Amino acid sequence: MATEAVAPAPRQASFDPQALWIAPPVLVLAAFFFYPLGLIAAQSLTGDSDSLSLAHYGAVFASRLFQNALLHTIGIALAASAGCLALGFTLALILSFVPFPGARVLSRIIDTFIALPTFLVALAFTFIYGSAGMLNLSLMELLHLELPPVDFLYSAWGVILAEVTVYTPFVMRPLLAAFSLIELAQIEVATSLGAGPWRIIRRVIFPAAVPALLAGGSLCLLLTVNEFGIVLFIGAKGVITLPLLVYDKAIQEFDYTTACVIAVVNCALSLGLYSLYRLLLTRLR
Amino acid sequence: MLVWSKSGRAGSWAVAALLLGVVYGLPMAMIALASVAGQWNAALPSQLTLVHYAQAVDGDYGQALRTSVLTGLMASGAALVMGSWAALTLRALEARHRKLLDMVFFIPSAVPSVSVGLGLLVAFSRPPVLLNGTSAIVVIAHFVLISAFTYGNVSAGLAGLPPEYEQVAASLGARPLYRLWRVTLPLVTPYLIAAFGLSFALSMGELGATVMLYPPGWVTIPVGIFALTDRGDVFEGAALTMLLAATTLAVLVGLSRLPTRAASR
Repeated sequence: MATEAVAPAPRQASFDPQALWIAPPVLVLAAFFFYPLGLIAAQSLTGDSDSLSLAHYGAVFASRLFQNALLHTIGIALAASAGCLALGFTLALILSFVPFPGARVLSRIIDTFIALPTFLVALAFTFIYGSAGMLNLSLMELLHLELPPVDFLYSAWGVILAEVTVYTPFVMRPLLAAFSLIELAQIEVATSLGAGPWRIIRRVIFPAAVPALLAGGSLCLLLTVNEFGIVLFIGAKGVITLPLLVYDKAIQEFDYTTACVIAVVNCALSLGLYSLYRLLLTRLR
Repeated sequence: MLVWSKSGRAGSWAVAALLLGVVYGLPMAMIALASVAGQWNAALPSQLTLVHYAQAVDGDYGQALRTSVLTGLMASGAALVMGSWAALTLRALEARHRKLLDMVFFIPSAVPSVSVGLGLLVAFSRPPVLLNGTSAIVVIAHFVLISAFTYGNVSAGLAGLPPEYEQVAASLGARPLYRLWRVTLPLVTPYLIAAFGLSFALSMGELGATVMLYPPGWVTIPVGIFALTDRGDVFEGAALTMLLAATTLAVLVGLSRLPTRAASR
């Protein structure tokens, strides 16, 4: 996304007719993205009638289901992003500064995780931590239990853990890039002057990693707020987030107006986080 | 090297191995194992079988692989054209407009996929254009969602391009279209290929917009996996997941090995 860094080609101040070539992609995006989003906003205000009102917003905001979904969405996103930062920092630290043969290949393999669908991890978790999963069956056999002892999967924790797994590579990527810019000599000098590894991490490595952590963390927030597949696949009754609520209202209940109101709130939240991410990216470059 | 003592190094590697193993290795291994599990009533399956793969290819969702690949190819192809077009033509704009439009082209990646699906459903279930219930609306949704990623990849490639090549070609009298075709595009081919690979992978795994829009005859693999696991056929779901992961990775690896003219020069 390093597009702002493009050095402008020398051009005359007069209008360049070449600039008109930008129109086709803008029109395509307008027709298939901005026009539909605009209709969502319109329907959230009018409902099925023709008059504008905020009544639908009032009704949605007053509902318990929506309030819970909003709190869950934000809580899960914050917890999962914190987890991604902790795990990503630990892994990137070891891969960069205590390298072992194959560390590079390994970080590329983790990178391909980005290309795989997120629900894959949720499905895998049901085989590991689910009520009929490996962990519970082993423990029941071992301890002669009647009921599965581990049941965090069907709570917000299951969703958080799955999201940490899926989105940690998004933190590791900028961190590994930032770490590769730290002079190894700097660390060696610090060591020879008697600084222990924890002190070096605190005084040298962490300050250099702050921009990458902020950028990666805000990207994680955005992605976890928008996450749908993991929440759908884990399917815990008590864990409903905004995207899942939009799906439930529109597809299960055919209540498009309510779905549109929730979608507007969800989009506003996402676009706010996206602006934050862009701001951090340009500020810290 | 941050840790010099032998025990410290061994300790940090053990931490890394444990984290990577539990967080990434175990889930992949479990999906693979579940896809071949016959009976699974203890810690590990008691017998192995390939019957789930046979069902995944033959059963209710046998068409899903074909549907997903077709959707992925069409959506990524269209996204590649639009993303490259946008990234290339954006360079002719003033910095102010360029910055604004750059943000506009990225916005689809920031909006939840379910909302994109809902928007298309609302917009194309009414005149002037009726697309609800067709396969085209699924392809359009995928195209919209991945277009930001193709745009980002191609514009990153263009940003890293030394301007001299195009300037020299222009000073030698090469016309714009010739310059684009013979100089600029060959130079960014690796980015075009990477962009296509990434967007194909994203399309193959897309779920949020697809569940909002898919017509009965156009079930993609992720929708099929959800339907299977939802009704309790988890092993068949795991087999279909393996097919999805294998197809995606095969396409990514295949594309990364394509010889490009930029590389051979």
